[in-house]
Parts: sequence; structure tokens; C-alpha cells
Amino acid sequence: MVATSTNPQGSTPIFRRKLQLPFPLNIYQSSIGRKWVMALTGIGLLGFVIVHMIGNFHIYEGPVQLHEYAETLRGLGGGLFPRTFLLWLLRIGLAGMFLLHIHSAYSLKERSRKASDKADFVGGEKKYGSKRDYVAANYASRTMRWTGPIVLLYLLFHLADLTWGWWLGDDYVLGDPYHNVVASLSSLPVAIIYVVATVALSIHIFHGTWSLFQSLGINNPKYNDLRRTLAKLIAGIVLVGNLSFPVLVTAKLIDDDNRKCEVGDVACLEHEAEKH
Amino acid sequence: MTQELNLTLQVWRQEGASDPGHFETYAANGISEDMSFLEMLDIINEDLIENDQIPIEFDHDCREGICGTCSLMINGQAHGQEKATTTCQLHMRKFNDGDTIVVEPFRARAFPVVKDLVVDRSSFDRIIESGGYISVNTGAASDANLTPVPKEAADTSFDAAACIGCGACVAACPNSAAQLFTSAKLAHLNLIPQGQSQRFERTETMVDTMETFFGSCTNHGECHEACPKEISLDFIAFMNRDYVKAKMKNRKLAGQS
Ligand code: HEM
Ligand code: SF4
Ligand code: FES
Repeated sequence: MVATSTNPQGSTPIFRRKLQLPFPLNIYQSSIGRKWVMALTGIGLLGFVIVHMIGNFHIYEGPVQLHEYAETLRGLGGGLFPRTFLLWLLRIGLAGMFLLHIHSAYSLKERSRKASDKADFVGGEKKYGSKRDYVAANYASRTMRWTGPIVLLYLLFHLADLTWGWWLGDDYVLGDPYHNVVASLSSLPVAIIYVVATVALSIHIFHGTWSLFQSLGINNPKYNDLRRTLAKLIAGIVLVGNLSFPVLVTAKLIDDDNRKCEVGDVACLEHEAEKH
Repeated sequence: MTQELNLTLQVWRQEGASDPGHFETYAANGISEDMSFLEMLDIINEDLIENDQIPIEFDHDCREGICGTCSLMINGQAHGQEKATTTCQLHMRKFNDGDTIVVEPFRARAFPVVKDLVVDRSSFDRIIESGGYISVNTGAASDANLTPVPKEAADTSFDAAACIGCGACVAACPNSAAQLFTSAKLAHLNLIPQGQSQRFERTETMVDTMETFFGSCTNHGECHEACPKEISLDFIAFMNRDYVKAKMKNRKLAGQS
């Protein structure tokens, strides 16, 4: 189609089109393509959040079952792959999804900021002199750029806490995740961090789950109402499910009392797991 | 007798693009509640002219809600708080006696202020030029109903075509994104048979042009609330789908439905 004209005294493009990269990278050059990537990685991360939460429910069965679950993850793909091979693939894929999700979110935010500033007499974000009256945008949609980074910070904290055992010190027992969770969450400040992060994640998911349908163009009057319902459902499940861990540990309903295997006796855990 | 209103206006005044601009306060007394918002501004301007002051510049044309020329952010809402109403159709009876009303231009970097409340929305023209048309042989009009169009598709295309290109969607959007406008212009042609042959080319060029001027949509939905024609967010989803389809599609097969 025709090349566009330019208006000598009118608006000139804010974003000059850069060199077109070859397919499929050119899709990621456009904002809409980037939203697709954000939505697709969002779906992947949602899958991870839900599977991770369900896996952690093993904690309600006891130390042996949680240990067994962790072992199952390491041995995933059994006879086909070497031990921990598939787990590492999943971890790398997950890290890649996080990176893409964050890069697309950050770069699109920058584009929107550039498209809004200088239009503004106040400086910073687009503002009107009268108090901005949001009509449709809800709390969740306006805080995506806060809840996202909160989840990221929490993620790093969580890895250092329970994967690497940075500050549990001698209390961190490799191979006894049940004990590690109890030891970590027994500290009230840590429990509060988990609660805050879970609330932030659920708010993020509440807008994200609805938004991803729009981004991917999944829109049909036959089921459009269900998209909101699904967003509420998933956000609700993630909220209640993940809140249950810090709350129940704080309430001393999950603790190290009455264990069949002594804390740190990984050999006993293995032996008990064999019996299943 | 109709009610008369006494109002205080805070109006954005700006000499031109290089002037930083400021708010000016005006008293609007004895305003009839049957006036439109623009007629109220006319009264103020007549006062200003009589007192040898420079009148407030604002855009307007048809004054019947169909041309898309009028604009204005009124109390932080594009075209004022009334749903599905342009500023020219906004009646003063929607305000209360004694109100203070803040009046500003539509803001986005792609809408530079020309003067006072007038902004340059020609970036929309750039988007239309890049694909907002169909290529057909003109000449004698073809028979009515020559091309069958499913009723629902015709209705939806017509709903999209209701967009008057006012730019309220961009002004209301915290991201200064033009998704609602562009998607309406795309859907209006892409949903019906007459637009099919250029559907993917059109989607690609119009979106690419849009993205050189405007921000990125985060699905807030503010645009739809601000839109005087209540253009649906569904069109944004259709555009998102068609754009990636356009990138993926083997154009050699574009003639197949
Ligand atoms: C497990 C964690 C996460 C899940 C399940 C998740 C999920 C989602 C989903 C489904 C969306 C909607 C995508 C769309 O509108 O198409 C989204 C958007 C977003 N995410 Fe995440 N996300 C997670 C982590 C993060 C992190 C760590 C960050 C940032 C550091 C982040 C920042 C954002 C932002 C800023 C948006 C909105 C951006 C926009 O609409 O342009 N998210 N997320
Ligand atoms: S979509 Fe609505 S608000 Fe946007 S330009 Fe068209 S009529 Fe105006
Ligand atoms: S002046 Fe034409 S729509 Fe308001």
C-alpha cells in the first residue's frame, strides 16, 4: 500500500522504524508481537505457578511425601533422560520465560512512556491538571508494573531462602524440604514476605489472565464473560493455595513435631519413601 | 424558564508548541442549562473579545456528534463524564450551579498542542493513509446486494465504522495508545468481504504506522469508556490476532478464504 505522507508542521513519528529483522524476530519488533510474547510467557508462568503450588500441597501429607515429590522432580523423564536432565530443561525454559516476560514488559512500558511524555506539563507520567478519573482501569491493571517486580524480588528471595539456604545456615538441610519450609516460615517477618508476595502475585494474575486473551485475540461473544470468571478463579486459587503455607506454619498446624524421621535424617526419609 | 448556571472554568492556555502553557481561570455566569459545552465556551469567548482579550481556541465543526472534530478533556475525562457523548453534544444541564470545571486539551506526544485546546491529530491521518481504504474499480455503482454479507458481520463492521476519529481513546489512555481507533478502522474493512483481499497487508501497515506514533496497550479499557461512539474492545482483540496472522501468513495463499 502507499507510503504515508508527512505533515511538515504536524506530528512526526516518535519511533523510527529500525531495520526489519528476519522472520520470526520481526514479530518481536512490534508492540503487538511483544504483547503476544508477554501473554504466551504469562501462560507458561501461570502453568508453573499452579503446578508448583499443587506440588507443594504434598507438605500436608508429611515430610516423607514432600521428599518423595522432590525426588520425583529430579528423576523426571525416568528411563528416557539422565537424572535431573528434564528438570534442568524445565528450569532453563522457566528462566527464559521470565527473561522474555520481563524484557517485553519493560520495553513496552518504555514505549508508552515515550509516547506520553512531552505531552505532559507536569513531567514524568502523563497527567492531566484535574484529578485523573479512571473509569475502567482497575487496581490490578494499574499496578501490573508494581506487582510484577514485587514478584521478581520475591522470586529471588525465595530461591535464596529455600533452594540455596543462604540464611537458614545450619538449619538448612538438603533433602529435607519439609523441615526447611517449617524453619523458614516460622520466622514471622519471612511469613509476612510470603503473604505480601502471594497477594501481589494474585493481583498480577487477576489482570493478566483476562488481559492475555485480549492480547492473543481470543475473543468470541460466546465465551467472553468466562474470561473474567476464569481470571477470578485462577487468582483466587493461587491466593488461597499459596497463603495456606505461611498461615498454617505460623498457626503451628504444620511443624516438626511427631515426625517419623528425625529432622535431617535424609536416609530415613528415603527409606520411608521406598515403602510407598 | 430554564435554569441558569454560574460556573468557574479553569482553562488550559498555550500560545503554541514552544510555550509551556498554564491554566487560566474564567467566570462563566448566567449559562443556560440548554447550552452545549461548546456554546458555553462561545459565550466566554465573546466576553473575551469584547474585552480585547484573545479568545480560547478550540476545535469544532459539525456540533452534532458526527464529525469527530471537537475534543477537550473535561474534569479529567475525554468529552466529559457523560457516556457516549461528544463535547459538542454535552449539555450544561449535566453540571451543577457553582461547579468548577477543568478544561484541557487531549494529551499525547503524537497530539502536539497547536494552540490552547487545539491539538494536531494528523498522526491519525498517517494511519488511515497507510491502509484504511479498499481498492476497487470506481465507475457505475454495482448492484445492491451483489456481494452477500452475513448480517452479524455487516452489523459489527458498521459498529466499527461509527468511529469518528476524535482521539478521545488516545487522550484517555494512560499509555497514549491508539489501539481502539486503529482497530476500529481495521475491523470496519476487515470484517466484510470487500476488505478481504487487502486484509493482512492493511493490518500490517496500519499497525506498523500506529506503532511509530503511539504507546502500547495494557488492556485497561479506559478508551472504550471515553469513546463517544462506544467502540468495543473486541476490535482490539481482532486486530491483535490479525496482526500476528499477517506476519505468519503465506501471502501466496492470501486469495483463499
Ligand atoms: C510467575 C509469575 C508471573 C506470572 C504468572 C505472570 C503473568 C502475567 C500475565 C498472564 C500477563 C498478561 C499478559 C498480557 O496482557 O498479554 C502479565 C503481564 C505483565 N507482567 Fe507478568 N507474570 C509473572 C511475573 C512477572 C514479573 C516477574 C514481572 C516483572 C518484573 C512481570 C511484569 C508484568 C507486566 C509489567 C505486565 C503488564 C505489561 C503490559 O500489559 O504491557 N510479570 N503477567
Ligand atoms: S475509537 Fe472512539 S474515541 Fe477513539 S477515535 Fe474513534 S470515536 Fe474517538
Ligand atoms: S463538533 Fe463534530 S463531533 Fe463534535
